[in-house]
Amino acid sequence: MNGKPHSALEGVAHRPGTSKPDPILVVEETRRSFGGLRAVDVEHLEVQRGAITALIGPNGAGKTTLFNVLTGFERADAGSWAFDGTPLQGRRAHQIARAGMVRTFQLTKALARLTVLDNMLLASPAQRGERFTGALAQSWRLQEERNRRQAQELLERFGLTALSGQFAGTLSGGQRKLLEMARSLMAGPRLLMLDEPMAGVNPALRGSLLEHIHGIKQEGATVVFIEHDMDVVMGISDWVVVMAEGRLIAEGPPAAVGADPLVIDAYLGRRRGGGTT
Amino acid sequence: MDLVKILTDSLRAAVGVPAAAYALAAVGLNVQFGYTGLLNFGHVAFMMLGAYGTAVTVNEGGPLWLGLLVGMGAAALLGLLLGIPTLRLRADYLAIVTIAAAEILRLVARSNAAEGLTGGVFGIQAFADQFYDINPIPVGRYGFGSFNFSQRQLWVILAGWAAVAVALLLLTALMRSPWGRVLRAIREDEDAARSLGKNVFAYKIQSLVLGGVIGSLAGALLAIDTQAVNPDTFVSILTFFAYTVLILGGPGRVLAPIVGATIFWFLLQFTDGLLREALDAGFLGSFIEGSDIAAIRFALVGLGLMLLMALRPQGILGNREELLTDER
Repeated sequence: MNGKPHSALEGVAHRPGTSKPDPILVVEETRRSFGGLRAVDVEHLEVQRGAITALIGPNGAGKTTLFNVLTGFERADAGSWAFDGTPLQGRRAHQIARAGMVRTFQLTKALARLTVLDNMLLASPAQRGERFTGALAQSWRLQEERNRRQAQELLERFGLTALSGQFAGTLSGGQRKLLEMARSLMAGPRLLMLDEPMAGVNPALRGSLLEHIHGIKQEGATVVFIEHDMDVVMGISDWVVVMAEGRLIAEGPPAAVGADPLVIDAYLGRRRGGGTT
Repeated sequence: MDLVKILTDSLRAAVGVPAAAYALAAVGLNVQFGYTGLLNFGHVAFMMLGAYGTAVTVNEGGPLWLGLLVGMGAAALLGLLLGIPTLRLRADYLAIVTIAAAEILRLVARSNAAEGLTGGVFGIQAFADQFYDINPIPVGRYGFGSFNFSQRQLWVILAGWAAVAVALLLLTALMRSPWGRVLRAIREDEDAARSLGKNVFAYKIQSLVLGGVIGSLAGALLAIDTQAVNPDTFVSILTFFAYTVLILGGPGRVLAPIVGATIFWFLLQFTDGLLREALDAGFLGSFIEGSDIAAIRFALVGLGLMLLMALRPQGILGNREELLTDER
């Protein structure tokens, strides 16, 4: 779909922690331990604006923990990170989401007893009717109407229109992944962080999810995603960051990373051995 | 056996003031538990603050309306006090703290130290005359046949159900709004709500306070009806009666408290009447005495509730489809 690297990333050094021409996210000296285990120990990481960055690594490499720390779902022991120049360390999860850094979860969090449409409408930012007084004043209806149109457009794009009145709990696993992605777009992200968007999705839906991720980039948002499927990573990412045991061990365009002996040793080698899925 | 009398007595109970008060208490719980998923096991504390707020204020020389406001204010304060330390933690912490707080408040109210204000174990009586003085209903009995009420009873019943209606209108408006949608989202998965930029903690506080303030009105209604407050009325079982009413109706349904409360009070009175008539007619032999009936009827009502939960776990108004959605 998009084999060649993002043009702005040409000439960027292929080493962990390398600097990028226009980073939207800069992470510095960020650590998180669980007891004696250093789950995350990232010295420096930059994410290029407008590119699709894949975060890969064997199970237990700290990818999801890094996501959790950066999005405020888990406390960092130390470190700082700036999103578009705004420091976000110490901020709470909802504040980080409002700043424009929106994440999804490895285990999909569809709101089961809300309809698909309500799932979408919920995500809309800065709603007047979400304040107690605003809700009583009924002044939210116009805004709700606009949000509804936007939600319907997104549902259309993700092929979920027919399901919009159903409870999200009745959707299949793949449909939930689609809904979660559509819902995160509804929140108006500038940086979208997808935690294993392909996990548990059947091959038929896989292609459409890939197209959607590509579409998100075309609209100008930045995407970082965690993925285990190397075909997906090679097919869609502009840049690949590899983690192992909490650290960054390699960075580069997909083809270069795929050929890096360190990566093959830490990750691909084990995968060929049948370890990770 | 006088079945007509049993039925009219049961109907009187179904529309009576305690039914209205429990409906109101269940409206408050519905906000907290039905919509937000908060486990408030100390709802009786909010009811007690409503009752005592009213009684103490009037007793100290204030007007009744001010007493209601004092009760509501105290309930809001209790919501903040209990919510701020616990609502960032897991759901079970709120349950433990609320049930303990309810007992503490009751014990403080009945202590010697508080006797000057609360009347201690004796409580406070005859504080609601202002309410009965403005009764516009002419003296007489109203109703059909043996199903009738005095002007005094009718006045409290109407005021009580009017309060329920106002609370339900408020709730309907709120729950249809984006604010209500956030509460339901928090009930389903609070991390998902957080990841979409919702300040989950602030919403939980608002929900706890709103539900508590509605609960305080339920307590005030009970107190005004009996013209008496006593600390030993406000025991934990009241919280669980309110839960019973709500679960019977179907949590997360606007009308659940009304349906639940009328059925609950109808059944309580009906089993009581039936057992007493059966005892008088000698059907129960010598195994059961009159003093056992109160306990037996609760056992029977409990059995009925178990059957309902087995056959219709979503409650009377609940949506079966909603229950069947799986929580992956």
